[in-house]
Amino acid sequence: MTSGFQASSAGPACTSCAIYNSANLAKLGVETGDYDYVAAVAGNPNTGKSTVFNALTGLRQHVGNWPGKTVARAEGGFTYRGLGYKLVDLPGTYSLLSTSNDEEIARDFLLFGRPDVTIAVVDSTRLERNLNLVLQILQITDRVVVALNLMDESQRHGITIDVRHLGRELGVPVVPMAARKGEGLPELLEAVEQVATRQPATSVRRVKQRNAALERAVATLSDKLGQAFPGLPNTRWVALRLLEGDPSTEQAVRDGTLGDLGRGAAEAGSARPTGTAAR
Amino acid sequence: MTLDELGPDNRATVVALEIRGTQRRRLMDLGLLPGTEVRVDMTSPLGDPTAYLVRDGLIALRRSQARAVHVEVRDGSERQ
Repeated sequence: MTSGFQASSAGPACTSCAIYNSANLAKLGVETGDYDYVAAVAGNPNTGKSTVFNALTGLRQHVGNWPGKTVARAEGGFTYRGLGYKLVDLPGTYSLLSTSNDEEIARDFLLFGRPDVTIAVVDSTRLERNLNLVLQILQITDRVVVALNLMDESQRHGITIDVRHLGRELGVPVVPMAARKGEGLPELLEAVEQVATRQPATSVRRVKQRNAALERAVATLSDKLGQAFPGLPNTRWVALRLLEGDPSTEQAVRDGTLGDLGRGAAEAGSARPTGTAAR
Repeated sequence: MTLDELGPDNRATVVALEIRGTQRRRLMDLGLLPGTEVRVDMTSPLGDPTAYLVRDGLIALRRSQARAVHVEVRDGSERQ
């Protein structure tokens, strides 16, 4: 391994240092209680999202390998260094632009539920394929931690990943891990806390619009959407879908359900029990 | 040629997707874009569907879908 993924070789001495102190983690199961932050777990199908979710919450959300296994989102909680987190396990999706039912659940939550942190779980043995979704998530939010999972498998396949370079290119923390063995969890928690509590990095990789005419159209439409649906987040994203002629987005605008999504997200935000979460 | 005509030992490069709308989106989300290398990994008894290796991932396509993917066989991978 070029860099990172020292977790597997962590000796006994490491367990006493601050970053490795798992005593800071309290798994709360389904008891989300008073939480300060909302974290979402997203990723391609079969990358270990539910394993990461279970490792953090102590729950035994069913882990399995077939399409649509996590059809609805599962929720759980944990505290780390005195801060409460509500963790939402989303169905696996290859894209935020396709329109199968379970993919829509994931998409709507990331777009309109506005989690404080999104943990993008990627399969390190199929990195290229997985980065499609990561880049799509980065278009929506810069509060992202990439969990480079299944490092034990990629190591076995002789795949070397330059983790630091990847993190620099994406502009967000990248944490190598093997969630089913619990490796990399302390580093993940550290990164999640960092993204949740601090100002987001400004260097996040965004796919740029290179076409001036398209940019103008997106800006105009995005303004109009903002007027029609006050409080709706990510209007630019919605505008792009409309310009693309995406039927489900057109439908949501036409029958007004798009507004409900925006409102629902706003309510979820204000209903936050402790209300200490500062964006 | 199109992807459904690709032989079991050949590698090919995608040159175009002759398909529109959500199906096109889907194929692109699965990593099948112009310039992507593909090869046949497994075939079902009747050849429909066929599993293709794309960017280290396996995707299964029906013949009707594979027919919409235009490919160019890579030099040197032609079966003798």
